[in-house]
Amino acid sequence: MRPGGGSSDVQWCFSQVKGAMDDDVAEADIISTVEFNQSGELLATGDKGGRVVIFQQEPESKNQPLRRGEYNVYSTFQSHEPEFDYLKSLEIEEKINKIRWLPQKNAAHFLLSTNDKTIKLWKISERDKRPEGYNLKEEDGRYKDPNTITALRVPVLTPMDLMVEASPRRVFANAHTYHINSISINSDCETYLSADDLRINLWHQEITDRSFNIVDIKPANMEDLTEVITAAEFHPNQCNTFVYSSSKGTIRMCDMRASALCDKHTKLFEEPEDPNNRSFFSEIISSISDVKFSNNGRYMMTRDYLSIKIWDLCMETRPVETYQVHEYLRSKLCSLYENDCIFDKFECCWNGNDSVVMTGSYNNFFRMFDRGYQQDVTYEASRENSRPRSILKPRKISTGGKRKKDEISVDSLDFSKKIIHTAWHPLDNIIAVATTNNLYIFQDKLN
Amino acid sequence: MAGADGDDSLYPIAVLIDELRNEDVQLRLNSIKKLSTIALALGVERTRTELLPFLTDTIYDEDEVLLALAEQLGNFTMLVGGPEYVHCLLPPLESLATVEETVVRDKAVESLRKISQEHSPVDLEVHFEPLVKRLASGDWFTSRTSACGLFSVCYPRVSSTVKAEIRQHFRTLCSDDTPMVRRAAASKLGEFAKVLEPEYVKSDIISLFTALASDEQDSVRLLAVEACVSIATLLPQEDLETLVMPTLRQAAEDKSWRVRYMVADKFSELQKAVGSEITKNDLVPAFQNLLKDCEAEVRAAAANKVKEFCENLPEDNREQIIMTHILPCVKELVSDTNQHVKSALASVIMGLSTILGKDNTIEHLLPLFLAQLKDECPEVRLNIISNLDCVNEVIGIRQLSQSLLPAIVELAEDAKWRVRLAIIEYMPLLAGQLGVEFFDEKLNTLCMAWLIDHVYAIREAATCNLMKLVEKFGAEWAQNTIVPKVLGMANDPNYLHRMTTLFCINALSEACGQEITTKQMLPVVLKMSNDQVANVRFNVAKSLQKIGPVLDSNALQTEVKPVLEKLATDSDMDVKYFAQEAISVLALA
Repeated sequence: MRPGGGSSDVQWCFSQVKGAMDDDVAEADIISTVEFNQSGELLATGDKGGRVVIFQQEPESKNQPLRRGEYNVYSTFQSHEPEFDYLKSLEIEEKINKIRWLPQKNAAHFLLSTNDKTIKLWKISERDKRPEGYNLKEEDGRYKDPNTITALRVPVLTPMDLMVEASPRRVFANAHTYHINSISINSDCETYLSADDLRINLWHQEITDRSFNIVDIKPANMEDLTEVITAAEFHPNQCNTFVYSSSKGTIRMCDMRASALCDKHTKLFEEPEDPNNRSFFSEIISSISDVKFSNNGRYMMTRDYLSIKIWDLCMETRPVETYQVHEYLRSKLCSLYENDCIFDKFECCWNGNDSVVMTGSYNNFFRMFDRGYQQDVTYEASRENSRPRSILKPRKISTGGKRKKDEISVDSLDFSKKIIHTAWHPLDNIIAVATTNNLYIFQDKLN
Repeated sequence: MAGADGDDSLYPIAVLIDELRNEDVQLRLNSIKKLSTIALALGVERTRTELLPFLTDTIYDEDEVLLALAEQLGNFTMLVGGPEYVHCLLPPLESLATVEETVVRDKAVESLRKISQEHSPVDLEVHFEPLVKRLASGDWFTSRTSACGLFSVCYPRVSSTVKAEIRQHFRTLCSDDTPMVRRAAASKLGEFAKVLEPEYVKSDIISLFTALASDEQDSVRLLAVEACVSIATLLPQEDLETLVMPTLRQAAEDKSWRVRYMVADKFSELQKAVGSEITKNDLVPAFQNLLKDCEAEVRAAAANKVKEFCENLPEDNREQIIMTHILPCVKELVSDTNQHVKSALASVIMGLSTILGKDNTIEHLLPLFLAQLKDECPEVRLNIISNLDCVNEVIGIRQLSQSLLPAIVELAEDAKWRVRLAIIEYMPLLAGQLGVEFFDEKLNTLCMAWLIDHVYAIREAATCNLMKLVEKFGAEWAQNTIVPKVLGMANDPNYLHRMTTLFCINALSEACGQEITTKQMLPVVLKMSNDQVANVRFNVAKSLQKIGPVLDSNALQTEVKPVLEKLATDSDMDVKYFAQEAISVLALA
């Protein structure tokens, strides 16, 4: 990769699109999370049907030096099934809310996947040998006459076609009363956290029957409830630090060294509200839908309904950078409220060297902000543009009265097409963008 | 051995071998557990050339199968041909030492440690040590963590050049990139230090120890505290101050409560390891700080150690240290805001009375005991009551009895049945300490009241409690105080209470002896055989079976037998069943 490469000198081009192409979208096929592993070699998606699909990057081929390896399906498995909680008379959806890869510990790969209530640890491993030779039956399965056995035979392993197996290793259940919105693996490689609307629990990766409650914001009386936890994440290298964001637009940072129960935060990140922009919707649109630490651990990024904010961890009073994602929607909040879009929980991600951030918008648009050059760009994930290596053209939205050529009017945006989940390869300029039921992969043009 | 046509003895082995790859985990597990049988049938040669290579590649299996395999291989030396061939076991164990499951890896390491002893010094250098090196420089942290546990077993038995390499490998792992490996190294640091020559302890171990103790991850730092204990015991006293104490002081004041918790938890071991002089100068203030720590978990861990710490203080000025330094902190903990802290303290505080003697106990500790007996948290009160014997030896229980009684009564009537259950279990102990007079006067009513508790577990415990009391106070006491009340319940309108009478009789008959059983209990039991509730009737049959052995044969034949025979024709099938069972057990047929 070209270090420092941001949107300014990167030409993004289409690489692949995954998923069915017909317009009829099955509910179960809607992608609900996208995540690269630490090396970027694997890309996992989860969907509303409880399935996890893992794509593997093919090694670069010598014949096509200008193309990086494509991602092809490596393994598909049903991670969660719909359940029914008989005690509470509640249906538990199978939808995968989050996937997190564990740092690789041996030849196999491990990931955590979670729905609203239950977190599961999956092992994805390869097998290329199988045992052969029985004593009591032939290879085709027919039984031999036991009297004909004259010698013992030890099975031998013979090579076979590569088989990828996904096996459930652990199930972390019964610790969340509310819906799990985040899971995050600690840099100590032995614990992880899971957050629901009101509580954050700390788990040991190998222990399923107990977890420690480290944050609990549930008021004694539920009528006093004024905010909920919307996302939580561990610091990438300080094992004692984590943050959680709230529906009131604040982010609290906690230090697990200070005490066992982290109900007192060490830092509170909050930007004073601009009184000029105050409206009925202020509180709803200030709710934080995602929080992500930068890879170097110095910054964190938060996404609220209209903007992305980058915070220096040393400065709590205001963000160091603020990027408007789709400011033109500010005048449309009323209709967005009526069609519930205002509650969409857009996620955001960093590129490998923290120079560019990306997030999604409506009309299958996604946005990139180059922090160094202070430039921003809008692209569209669309099938019209899905010729291999065709270059993505920046999109413009007209906000004024007069629409220029190539511009799209705000009124013609399709709010049913939204890009909520995006992921950036940890080392390369490769991005994965999930539209409703399709996964687009784009990469920078190699010259 | 294989050979003859259609050998019958081969069949079971053939089944076992085939089941090594059965789809059913239970069958695979079963086969792996009988691996020695398979190996024996195959003979040493085929075990080495066929079975072990197959096992080396079966690491795809379920954890429980791999765990069993790792364990089996530790005992396989004879089955591969004795110590001469023991190195054949290394490849399968090596692959098991790299799997992701910690329990499997640990078991593989344990087996490797075991078979390392069976290697000759030459084999150890030719086969075992290269394996350790391979693991130590493996790509994945799983293999490197496993390596940490193997250094100490091969170090003492290899040449000095190889020793130098091993030390180098250990040093590398102590500064590994992943916290998993650093934790594994930190947890084996003490063990490795023990096998090292003294000069290397000072030159190598101390610097590693210092580095690990200031690791950026608190999960690593806290393991260094444990290593501190072993290292301190290896060093001469004069070196401790300069080489170990700075690190220990730092750990006791670590920013992370988990590290301080570890110091508190290991305090007694640390105290023994550093000796009395350092304890006086350093550990006493450190302990005071831990008792006053801002994190409740740390205070609770320290509170747990109060008695042990005081016991191990140097005798010459133990009392003075406790009175001026420790006791003030303890006093504060009695009214701590956290109930775990208070209850940890309550479980050990009574032990201080033997150390401080009668006068100090009365003057300083007694008020604390009394305060804790009135604590709002039942667990605190229970912990005090359960340790009464310590105080009894020093000042006698009378001093406490005035406060004790209300505390006991309150616990006895607690709304949580588990609390009631806990206090019942201390009753025999209390009875022994307080004496029969006090007991009759104050506690007897409680014991009887539990018999009609609405929770079965309490009634059951109360029955058992009566038996223990009778064992303590004797049959005569039972006859005068307990038996009449128990028998009185036989006429209770509630059938559950009538059954309690039977359960009590079951429990008491043996302790009360033949005379009381025959004369007082038996008539009541027999009369209850006419009860209209079937559950009572079949419990009569069960009771008769139970007390039968205590009765004389005359009573059995003339009184018990007719009643059981009548019950054996009862309309209820359960009553019939238990009556018939009693008849056959008592041999009355």
